[in-house]
Amino acid sequence: MDLFPRHLWLIPALPLAAAGIGSLLGPSRRRLAGMLAVAAMALAALLSLAAFAGTVTRETAGEASVAVHNFGWFEAGSLLVSIGWILDPLSAAMLLMITTVGTLIFLFSIGYMADDERAHRFFTFLSFFAAAMLGLVMANSLLLLFVCWELVGLASYLLIGFWFTRPAAAAAARKAFLTTRIGDLGLLLGMLWLYAETGTLLFFDDGRGCLESDMLAGLAGRLTASGLGVSAAISLLILCGAIGKSGQVPLHVWLPDAMEGPTPVSALIHAATMVAAGVFLMARVYPLAALDGTADVLRVALTVLTWVGAITALSGALTAVAQYDIKRILAYSTVSQLGFMMMGIGAGGPAVGMMHLLTHAGFKALLFLGAGSVIHGCHHEQDIRQLGGLRTRMRLTFATYAVGMMALSGVPLFFSGFWSKDAIVHSLEGWPGGKLPFVIALGTAALTAFYMTRQMIYVFAGPARSPGAAAAHESPPVMTGPLVMLAVATIGLSAITTPFVPWLEHFLTSSLGKGDSPGHANWGVLLLSGTISLAGIALGGWVYRRVPGGRATDRDPLGIRFPRLFDVLERRFYVDELYAATVVRWTQLAGWLAASLDRWISSALHDAAALAASAGAWLTRTLDQGVINATFDDGCEAARDSGRILSRAHDGRAQQYLRILVVGVAVLLFLLWNLQGT
Amino acid sequence: MSPLHLHLLLAAALFAIGLAGALTRRHAILVLIGIELMLNAANLNLLAFWRYGPNPEPLNGPIFALFTIAIAAAEAAVGLALIIAIHRRYRTTRVEDIRRLRG
Amino acid sequence: MTLTFALLAGLVLGGAFAAVTCRNRVHAGLFLAACLVGLALVFLRLGAEFLGFIQILVYVGAVAVLIVFAILLTRDAESPRDRLANAPASGILIALALFALLAWAISTGKFPAAPAETAAVAPALSVKALGDRLFREYVLPLQAVGLLLTAALIGAAVIALPAPKPDPLDDSDASGPAS
Repeated sequence: MDLFPRHLWLIPALPLAAAGIGSLLGPSRRRLAGMLAVAAMALAALLSLAAFAGTVTRETAGEASVAVHNFGWFEAGSLLVSIGWILDPLSAAMLLMITTVGTLIFLFSIGYMADDERAHRFFTFLSFFAAAMLGLVMANSLLLLFVCWELVGLASYLLIGFWFTRPAAAAAARKAFLTTRIGDLGLLLGMLWLYAETGTLLFFDDGRGCLESDMLAGLAGRLTASGLGVSAAISLLILCGAIGKSGQVPLHVWLPDAMEGPTPVSALIHAATMVAAGVFLMARVYPLAALDGTADVLRVALTVLTWVGAITALSGALTAVAQYDIKRILAYSTVSQLGFMMMGIGAGGPAVGMMHLLTHAGFKALLFLGAGSVIHGCHHEQDIRQLGGLRTRMRLTFATYAVGMMALSGVPLFFSGFWSKDAIVHSLEGWPGGKLPFVIALGTAALTAFYMTRQMIYVFAGPARSPGAAAAHESPPVMTGPLVMLAVATIGLSAITTPFVPWLEHFLTSSLGKGDSPGHANWGVLLLSGTISLAGIALGGWVYRRVPGGRATDRDPLGIRFPRLFDVLERRFYVDELYAATVVRWTQLAGWLAASLDRWISSALHDAAALAASAGAWLTRTLDQGVINATFDDGCEAARDSGRILSRAHDGRAQQYLRILVVGVAVLLFLLWNLQGT
Repeated sequence: MSPLHLHLLLAAALFAIGLAGALTRRHAILVLIGIELMLNAANLNLLAFWRYGPNPEPLNGPIFALFTIAIAAAEAAVGLALIIAIHRRYRTTRVEDIRRLRG
Repeated sequence: MTLTFALLAGLVLGGAFAAVTCRNRVHAGLFLAACLVGLALVFLRLGAEFLGFIQILVYVGAVAVLIVFAILLTRDAESPRDRLANAPASGILIALALFALLAWAISTGKFPAAPAETAAVAPALSVKALGDRLFREYVLPLQAVGLLLTAALIGAAVIALPAPKPDPLDDSDASGPAS
C-alpha cells in the first residue's frame, strides 16, 4: 500500500514494456509475443488487485478514499504544468476491470490469431492500447487523461485497421478516428476553458484541484453570455468528447463499422474498455457537471446527457433487431448499452452508471469472445443466417454465450446485468426531468432481450443451415478458458451489485458523490424490469420459432411482417447515408474550394512573380545599357577627346616643351618669392 | 650695387641670352650652344656667391663649379654624338623635324 | 674694379649674343668660345684661378671645339646660312620675362653678406686644398662623376659610330646589328 499511489505508473508501464519488446520480435515469434503480452497484463492485474485491495482497506478504515501523487511535468517560464495519478475507488475499479478482462482477452487472442502472419504486431498494438487505457483511468490530470485518450484512439485505429489490406477495414479505421476526432475537439475546448477558469487541470491537489470543493465553489453560479452556467458549458463540451468516444448519437456511426477488426479487438476495445472511456470521463467530471443547482433543479449538462443516452439506447436497440452479422448485432447492442450507462450517470449519479459499465464490460466481452469462438469454429462465417445448430457442436461456447445473453437481457436474480440495469431504471423512474427516458429505458430493455433471443435462436438453435456451421468444432481451451472465467465473473458480480448488498455502489459512491441515486431497493421497479426482460425473451422466442429448421435464404420473420420498417432498421436509419450526403459532401466541397483557391492564388502569385521578374530584368537591362553603358561610353568618349586635345601639347617638339617648362618655372619662382617675401 | 649684385646680374643676363638661343634656334647644335651658356651662367652664380658671400665652408663653391663643368662636358659629348647619329639617320639637324617621340 | 668688370662683361655678353644670333653656324661656335674665354677671365678675377684655367681647358678647349667639330660633321648640301629661328618672338619674350624676374629678385633680395674684413680679400684657394677636399670629403661624388664620364665616353662613341654594313656574302646570320 506504500507502493501506491506513487508507483501507480507501474501498472500501465508493464504492458507498455511488453509493447516495446514485442515490437522488436518478428513474425516467427508470435506465440512468444502473445505470451509476453499476457504475462504483462497478468502482472498488471495483480498490481491492480493490490491497489484495489488497498483502496478497499482504506475505505473500510474510514480514511480518505482519494489518494493522489502529483508531480511537475514541464515548466515554461512561470507556467508549471503538473500531472499525476489518482487512486480512488473509481480508478481502482477500472484498473482492475481493464487488467483482468484484458488478460483474458489477450489469452483468447493467442488462439484466435494463431494463424495470422502479423500476429506479433497485433500483440504489440494490444499492449500499447492497454497501457494507454490504464494511463487514462489513473490520470489525475485532465491533460494526462486527454493525452491517453488520444493514444487510445490511435491504438484503436491501428487495431481496427489491422487487416488493412481489406479496403473495408482501412475505411473503418479512418471512420473511427475521424468521428472520434470531432468529439475530441469539444473535449479539448472544454479542457482549455476549464484551465482558463480554474488555473489547474489536476483533479485533486490538496484542495486546489479543479474537482475539489474550493474550486467548484468558485465556479458555481458563474454564467456565460448566453445565460448558461460556466460549469454546464464546460461539461457539455467534455460531453462531446464522451459522445464521440462512447458511440452516442450522433457520433455512433463508427462503432458498428469497427467490427472489421479482429474479434478480440471488438471485445476489448469496443465492448469493455475504450468505449467505456467516455462513460468513465463523465463519471470523473461528474462533480463539475452536477454543479449548477441542487437535486430538485434540473442540471443542464446532466439533462442533456440523459436525453442523449436515451436516444442512443433506443436507436441502438432498434437497429440491432434487424442486423444479420453476428458482430454487428453485438456492436449495436453496445451502442445501446452505452446509452444506458449515460442515462445512469445523468439521472442516477456516477456510481449507478459505473456499476453498469463494470458489469457490462464483463458480459459484453464474454459475448464478443463467444462470437469470436463461433466465427473461429465456423471458419469465419459471420452471417447468422448461415449458422445454426451450434448448440450441440460448440457446447461450451453455447453455455457461456447463454450466460452472457441472459446478463445482457436482464434476466433477474443471478445475472449482474439485471441488477445494474435495474439501478439505472430505478433512477430514471424518479428523475425530475421527465418520465420519457424511463419509458424509453424499459422499451429498450425489452428490445434488448428480444434481439438477443433472436440471435441465440439463429446461431445456436436447430440444425445447421450451412456446411460451414455443420463442420463447426469447439474452440481450443486457450479460447474457451477465458469464456468460462468471464461467465463466472458475470454471475459472481451479481453478488455485489444488488441493492440488497449494495457494496459496489457504496464503494463507488464514496469518492464520486452520491448523485441522485435513491440508494434503496424499490420492489415495484424490480418486478417491472424483471418482467419486461422475460417478456422480451418470450416474444423473441415466439416470433422466431420457425427459424430453426429453416433455410439460410429465408427472410427474417419480422421482415416479412413489416417489410418497410425492417428495411429502415436494417439500413440503420440511413444515418451513414445522411452523413455522406451532408457532412462528407460539404467537407469535400470545402476541400475542392480550398484547392481551387490555392491553385488560383498560387497561379496568380506565380504570374505576379514572373511579371516582377521580367520587369526587373527590363529595368536592369535599361539601366545597364542606357545608363551605365551610356555614361561609360560617353565618359570614355570624353576621355578620348580630351586626350586627343591634350596630346596636341605632346607633339614631339622639344623647343615647345622647353618654352612651357620655362614659363612654368618662372611662374613658380614668382609665386615662391612673393609668398616668402624675399 | 655691390659686386655680388653685378655678378648676379651678369649671370642672369647670360642665362637669359642662352635661354633665348635654346628656345628659338633651328639647328640642334645651336640649341646646345644656348644650353652651354645657361650652364656657365649657373657656374658664374656659384663662384660669385663663393667670393662675396659668407663662407662657413670654404671651397664649396669651386668644387661645385668643378663638378658642374665635368658633367656639362659629358653632356655635351653625348648630346653631340646623338645629333651626329640623328643627322646620319634622318639627314636633318633641324629641331622641329625630330619629333617621332610624341603622344 | 668696375672697368675690368665692364669690359669682361661686355665680352661675355657680346659673345653670347653673337653666338645665339649668328647665322653662320661655325661662327656661332667660335663666338661661343670667345664668350667662354671671357667667362674664364671673370673667374680669374674672382680669385678662382684653378677654375678659370679649368674653364679654358675643358670648356673652351674641349667643349667648344667639339661643338665646332660637330657642326662641321653635320653639314649638308644646304647652305650654311639658314633662317634664324623658329617663332623668335615668343621665345625672346619668354627669355626677357625670365630675365626681368631674375633681375627683380636679385635687386630686391637680401643676400647675407660676408663680414667687412674678409670682403676685400678673396678666400684662399689652393689646388692642394682642393685636391684634399676632393679626395676626402667628396670622394664619392668624385668617383660617381668618373663613372659618369666613362659612361658618357663609351656611350657617345657607340652612338656616334656608324653601323657596320652587313656582308652581302654572309647568309648564315640572318639579322645583323640594327642599322
